Parts: sequence; C-alpha cells; structure tokens
Amino acid sequence: MKKNFVPAALAGALISLLVLSGCSPDKSKGPVTLNALFMKQAGYSEEDVTSATKEFEAAHPGTTVNLTFVPYESLEQKITTSAEAGTYDVVLSDGPFTAKFAKAGLVQAVPEIAAADLKDIFPGALDATVYQGKSYGMPWMNDVKYLYYNKKMLKAAGFDAPPKTLDEMVSMAKAIKAKKLVQYPIVWSWSQAEALMCDYTVLSSAFGGAMFDASGKPTLTSEGNKKALAFMVQSIKDGVTNPKSTEYLEDDVGNVFAGGQAAFALNWTYMYNWAKDPAKSKVVDDVGLALVPGTSEVASATVNGGQPLSITKGSKNPVEAWNYILYLTDRSFQKKYSKNSLPIWKSLYTDAEVVANNPEVVAVSKDQYNYINNRPKVPFYSGFSSQMQVKIQEALLGKKPVEVALQEAQTMAEGLAAQN
Amino acid sequence: MNKRLGFRIFLYVCAFVLFLFVGLPFLWLIVSSVTLQRDLTTLPLVFPPPTFTLQRYTDIFFNPGNAIASAFQGAMVNSLVVAAAVTVLSLAVGALASYTFARLRFPGKKPLLFVLLFTYMIPPIVIVIPLYMLVSNLGLLNTKLTLILLYLSMAVPFVVWVMQSYFASIGRSFEEAARIDGCSRLQTLWHVYLPMALPGLVATGILAFLLSWDEFFFSLIFTSTLDAKTMPVAIAEFSAKNTVDYGMIATGGVIACVPPLVITAIFQKQLVNGMTGGGVKE
Amino acid sequence: MPHLLPRHRVGGEGGFAALLLTPTALVIGAVVLMPLVVTFAYSLMNMNLLSDHKGAWVGGANYAGVTTSTWFWASLGRTAYFTAVSLVTETVLGLLIALLLNQKFKGVAFLRSLVILPWAIPTNVSAALWKWIYHPEYGVLNAVLSALGLIPTYQAWLSDPFGAMNMVILADVWKMTPLAAVFFLAALQFVNKAMYEAARIDGAGAFRRFFTITLPFLMPTVLVIVVMRTVEKFKAFDLFYVLTRGGPADGTKVLTYEAFLRGFTNLDYSMAATLAYLIAFLILGLTFVYLKVFKTQAGVQDE
Repeated sequence: MKKNFVPAALAGALISLLVLSGCSPDKSKGPVTLNALFMKQAGYSEEDVTSATKEFEAAHPGTTVNLTFVPYESLEQKITTSAEAGTYDVVLSDGPFTAKFAKAGLVQAVPEIAAADLKDIFPGALDATVYQGKSYGMPWMNDVKYLYYNKKMLKAAGFDAPPKTLDEMVSMAKAIKAKKLVQYPIVWSWSQAEALMCDYTVLSSAFGGAMFDASGKPTLTSEGNKKALAFMVQSIKDGVTNPKSTEYLEDDVGNVFAGGQAAFALNWTYMYNWAKDPAKSKVVDDVGLALVPGTSEVASATVNGGQPLSITKGSKNPVEAWNYILYLTDRSFQKKYSKNSLPIWKSLYTDAEVVANNPEVVAVSKDQYNYINNRPKVPFYSGFSSQMQVKIQEALLGKKPVEVALQEAQTMAEGLAAQN
Repeated sequence: MNKRLGFRIFLYVCAFVLFLFVGLPFLWLIVSSVTLQRDLTTLPLVFPPPTFTLQRYTDIFFNPGNAIASAFQGAMVNSLVVAAAVTVLSLAVGALASYTFARLRFPGKKPLLFVLLFTYMIPPIVIVIPLYMLVSNLGLLNTKLTLILLYLSMAVPFVVWVMQSYFASIGRSFEEAARIDGCSRLQTLWHVYLPMALPGLVATGILAFLLSWDEFFFSLIFTSTLDAKTMPVAIAEFSAKNTVDYGMIATGGVIACVPPLVITAIFQKQLVNGMTGGGVKE
Repeated sequence: MPHLLPRHRVGGEGGFAALLLTPTALVIGAVVLMPLVVTFAYSLMNMNLLSDHKGAWVGGANYAGVTTSTWFWASLGRTAYFTAVSLVTETVLGLLIALLLNQKFKGVAFLRSLVILPWAIPTNVSAALWKWIYHPEYGVLNAVLSALGLIPTYQAWLSDPFGAMNMVILADVWKMTPLAAVFFLAALQFVNKAMYEAARIDGAGAFRRFFTITLPFLMPTVLVIVVMRTVEKFKAFDLFYVLTRGGPADGTKVLTYEAFLRGFTNLDYSMAATLAYLIAFLILGLTFVYLKVFKTQAGVQDE
C-alpha cells in the first residue's frame, strides 16, 4: 500500500500543478506588456483609443499596452508578416480577412462570449468574426452602407419619402432625370476595387442571391446573382446610374453627392458628416438617410464594413489580450465614443446619450443593422474578390453579357475553391 | 550662317521642351502642396489657384497639435540618419570588397562574386516573410539599426558590382609603384585607389543614399513607431481608409525631395564625372 | 624553396581577402542569406498557408506548375513589355538629353542641375504625384489636355489595362531618364575630341560623326545602363503598389507584383518564393545575353 501511495500522490501533485498553471496564468505572471495594432484616421480616433487604453492600464495595474497606428491599407501586410512572431497581441482586422487568417492559423480562436452579450450584438456584425463555427475576434468598429438621398431633388420630383425597393428607386430616378433635376441621379462606387465587391454584396443579397453557399461552394450563377448584375447593367443603360460609377471609389461618390450631382448614393457612415459639413458640401440641408432599398426577397440589405479585434497566433499573452479586447468592446467604451463610431450593442441604440450624438444616423442604423450581410467568408476571398471585380466590370462595361460573366466567374471560383 | 542659326534655334527649342518635361510635374507637386483642398477639387481647374496656403507646411514644422504632420518630422530625421549611415557604410564595406574582387587572387572568387550579385537580383519583397521572423527573434524589430542592415544588404552588392569594374580598370602600374614605395595593401587602397575612384564612389554613394531614402516596403513592415519609421511610410499615412489627401502627400513629397536634391547638387560635378563605371582608361 | 613561394603568396592573399570580405559577408550573410535559403526552400515545398497540405515537400512541382500556367506567361509578357519599352525610351531619351546638355548654350548649366530633379524625387512620392496627375476628375493632365482642346472629355487614364501600363511607363521614364542622361553625359566628357575634328575635316556630317564615333564609344555605358536598369525594372514594386495595385484587370500586374499578391494577400508563400527565384533566373539569363551581345559588339573587358 505505501509503495503505491507515493507515486500516485506524486502523479496527483504533478497533474494538479499542470492544471493550475494552465488555469490562472495571469496571477502568477509578472508585469505584462501588450502590443496593439490599430488603424489611423477612421472610426475611433487615435485620441479615443489612447485615452481608453490609459484607463485600461489604470484598471489593470501591471499591464502596459503599446499602441501602433497604421494606415488602413497597411493593416493586412502588418498582420500577415507579424502574426506568427506575435509582434502585436491585439490587431484590428477586417471582416474579409477573418476566413483567411483563421484558416492560415494567423489568429487565435477566442473564448466564448457570454450568452447574454451574444444576444445583444447584431448577428451580422458578429458573423464577421466567425469561421467554421469558431469565433476569431470581437466586433469592434461598425460600419455599413446606407442609402443617402437628396431630399430637395426628391421633393421637386414629387416624392416625399425615400424608396423602399430598388425598383422604386429606379423609377424615382427616372422621374428625377425626366424633370432634368440632375443628369445621372444615382451614383455608385463601382471602380475595380473592393468597393465594387461591397456594392455587389449589397445588391446580390437584396435579390436573394448568395455568392457562396454554407459549405463554401460558389453559387454565382444563381437567379439572385443574375438579377443583381442585370440590375446594375440595366441601370447604366437606362441612364439613371452615373456611367462614371465604374471608375469611382467611395470618395468620388462623396464628392458627387456632396456636390449636389446625385439624388441617390450608397455609402458608408463617414459620408454623413461630410455631406452635412457646410465647408465641404453643397447639400447640407438636403441630406436624407434611409435604409438601403430591398426587393420582394428582403426588406433591405447592406454590406458589413465593420472591423473586429483579433488576437494573433504568436501572442504570448492571449488572456490579457482578450481582457483588453473586452474592455474596448465594452458597452461603456462604445457609449462614450459613439460619436465617432456606432456601437455593436443593440441596447445602446435606444440609449438617450447615444441617440443624442447623432440622432438621424442612430435611428436608421438601429434598423439597418438587422440586415447586415458579410462578404463571402471563404479563405481565398482575396483572390476571388480581385477576379470577381474584373468579371463584374466586364458586364458593366458591356464587354460581356451578364450570364457569360457570371458563368466565367463561377468557373473561376470553383477553380479557387478546388486549389486547397 | 543660316545653318548655324537654325541649329541654335533647334537647341533652344529642345532645351525648352526638356525644361517643360522635367519641370512641369514637379511644379504641379509644389502647387498642389500650397493649394487648398477645395480648390484642387473644383472643376474646371483654375490655374493659378485663387488662394495660396502654407498651412500644411506650418503644420508639419510648427504645429505639434496636428499629430500626423508633426510625426512627419520624426520620420524625416529617421530617414536622414538611416540614409547617411547606409551611404557611408555601404561605401566602406563595398570598397573593401570591390578591391578584393578586383585585385586579389583567392579560391572561390568567381562563385562568391556570383552569389553576391545574385542577391541583388532577387526582388526584396519576397524574402520579407522569413526575414521578419529572423529579425523578430533577434528582438530587432522597429529599430533604425535593422533598417540600416537591410538597406546595406541591398546596396552593397550594387556598390561592389560598379566599383569592382572601376577598380579593375585602374592600371596595375599605380599599385605596383605604391608597393615599391613600401605601402601595404590597405595603404594602397587608401592612398591610390580611393582617390582615383572618387567619382565612382560619389556616384555609387549617391545611388546608395537614394536607395535608402526611397525604400518604402521594408520600412513599412519592419517599423511601427517613430523610433524607426521613415519618410516614405509617413507619406503613405496621408491616405486614410476611404480618402487620399493629395495636398498633404504633395507637401510631404516636396519636403522629401530636399535632401536628395541638396546632395545631388553639391556633388554634381563628381556625379557627372563618376558615372563612367568601368570606362576609366589610362 | 622557390616552388613554395607562389603557394604561400596565394595562401596569404586568401587570408587577407577573407579579412577584407568579412564585413560584406556579415552584412549579406547575417541579413539576407538565411532568408534567401528559406525562401528557396519554400519554393520546393507547399507553403500555402490556406492549404490543407501545408508543409509538404513538392520538389520542382511549384516551378513546373508556374511555368505552365497562363497567368505566369501573361505576367511575364507584361513585365517584358514594361521593361523593354521603358528601358529603350529611357536610354534613347537619355542619350539625346546628354547630347543636348553637352552643347554650349545659355542656361545649359541650369538645365544640367534641373534634369536631376525627377531622379531625386523619392519613388513613392513620384508615383503618388503621377497618380494625382492622372486622376480622372481632378488630374492636371486632364485639365491641361482639355484646355488645349486635345481631348474631348476627361479621360480615366488608369482605367484601361493597356493604357494604364503605358501611363505607368511614362511615370517611370520621367523619373529615371535623368539617370541615363547623367551616365551618358559623363561618358561624353571622355570622348576624344580630336577624332571629331579629323572626321569633320574628312567631310563627315553630324549624323555620320555620331554613328561612327560617338555611338560606338558609348556602347560600354549603354551596357552598364541596360543591365542595371533591367534588374531594377524586373524588381520594380513601389511604383505599381502606389499607382495601380496591379490593375486594372491585371493590366499592370508584373511578375514582382504577382509575387507580392500571392505571398501577402493569398498567403501562398511557396508561390511567391517560386516566382522570386524565377525572376532572378530570368534576370540572370538576360544579363548573360546582354553581355554576349555587347561583348561581341564593343569588345568590352569585364569581370
């Protein structure tokens, strides 16, 4: 008996040591330094993040957070090169990157979010962080496209309310054009860039067409996709869409709309302040914001431009990193800085302070966020996106009929899917 | 006489065209930096612009409140430090190596030279991924030292390539005379070769400086903060997610032109004389 | 012993050589050699981070796969077009400018300094400048051409694949022609003026003098420029990154940019590595060709 007891006790001690060391690492560790990578010049400002970080450090003595801010375009390369080395623990990612980073193992899966919290986050926003059932981040910065419309032009054409469906929008546009109020009533960002994929996501979702099915297989030749692309082509042919849209990015849409050269435009939240700024806009009093028009399939559809916070693979402090992320995505932080970026929490949209910051945008967002669609969550999205942009443009520029363009896109996507 | 006059006129016309070709884009750079954003985006474009503004320049030099603009200062300093170090070191290291390849006999010379030149032919972009892991493991991320080493690795092969044919074409008689006088090899290098190859050194030095001044991608990946961030990255930061501030980019661009211009102006004579590469005959 | 001496000297030189080469070896070796080797290893493996077979050894399959893919040849074609057109333009223009600047006339000194301007501008500034000049709405190129009545409406210069490539070439030629001009101008200083006099007395016209005296003399310089610039053009990246991002419709997707996209955006490191080595081998091959052609032409002594 004695002989057997000692080894068992030893084994028990070893096991409990292992379990204990796995369970509460932050208690036994010394001071922790986190490195975080953020973006410049959009959403929450550098000052917002910096002051919130200082509060976090005060609340967690022993933890320091070093902040780095880079331009949006550099975000992807910074994360890609440094993820394995863990140079940054927390990174601001982007919706389209999730599938890619998750599959490549560049970001870690994060702990489960409390069920009560999960219910309070808009599903579309949450979905951008999920890949194959696992969660790889927390939604943080929110952005969707809205319908902007020029109230004055609509009124002059006899319309008191914004269109509810895409067809309605087109007929309103035709009426506005017929009254010679503006030459091309609708302006889009259909340049060969990610902006085109954003708009296409909106439209294909509106017509009930998904680009990929749940298992990651491309469905680009579905009816919904055909209708969406046909809608785009037809609106150019009908002369209601500004033909220069195929060269425009979001900034150009802003210039056109704020310059009073369009009745309808689809754009992100940032155009709202721009269009309302007397120093930059000619249509300050005429700006209307509404839900993106839908079809008989859905009441509305918009695209998710939100950016989640993720933890890199090489991070040595994933637990602290997650604490930091929870702090930044917390309701109190998001409420405090809601002027710069809209919260992810549904409950905050009925909070008086948040509403007071930006009444019109909050009111529309509350509804619009229920219709968020994400761009295809396939790991090869980057390659797919750049080639799909070409195909869509070929159809838009009249170089190929809609069916042919979509069929070629389908073949291309199948090839990409098969490669891995 | 007519032929003469015709030729002179032709010369002046060509000179004027050259002046326009070279000067106009640069002029537009300067104009963009002093024009208000709203005037730059008015159609049709009004030239000269109705208002001049030096606001962007004052922001960069005198306004600590504008974070982006004042960060530019720090980046400029980093760029200058890194470029100066790379120039001096690449010439020193490269001269030693060039002399070795040009004058000394040793086994493995040709393959070694080949490997050296081969490293010059790989697009640097691709070695970034394993290089990053290496630098990270060494704890050298976000330091000027790393940038200096990286740029050296790009500049030295080039310096060696140009200088070794330069040295090779300097007559051996000079060296023999120096040796007879009792100079060691290193003394020969210092007293004979370097002075004779000075124009070549200046030319490659300027090229090394420009390479280092120019370099964008490695700086982007390997630096995070103003400890080591360089000017091209700072200029790239004037682009936001959906907006590009061309006025600010132009301003940064004008300022970024000054050091290279100063250097090429100072060394212009040697630059012109030094570009003959391996063409120095007796 | 007499027959020992040469060996001693060779050994001595070897040691000394090693000493002098150490700094170079340190710089290149410590920094670049290891990643180069790793990258080469990647090109022989499946290092596609999105693949289920990541880490597998594939030998030459990547190289075989790439060289039999249409996108590779298309990209190579674009790279060749970019290199050839911009290089020829730069060299010819550079020569003409050098000839001009070699003349004596009022303001030539000023012009000589001015001509260095585009070269001194940092690449990403120059690229951003040209992007701004080409802007479809506010670009000054549109404004000027339109004001002169040369174009009916504002053009989107960078929206046509082939047109965009030509605009990129223009931007690069603008920036890099001064380099060629300075090289040629320098070489022209060493021309034997007496030969011109003799030729003129013999009745040779300006063109004749140029083709029989100047041009052959400049051949070594042409070789230097061509080899150096070819390498740089094959490696060109910043220009494309800022101006066109490889678009539109892949119109400006040259080999190096292709490697960047596949590595950094598609996370396929083995593909990027394979492309990188292929680019290097291509440059190597081209260099050998140049050397052969120019050696037979001008009898240049080299290495």
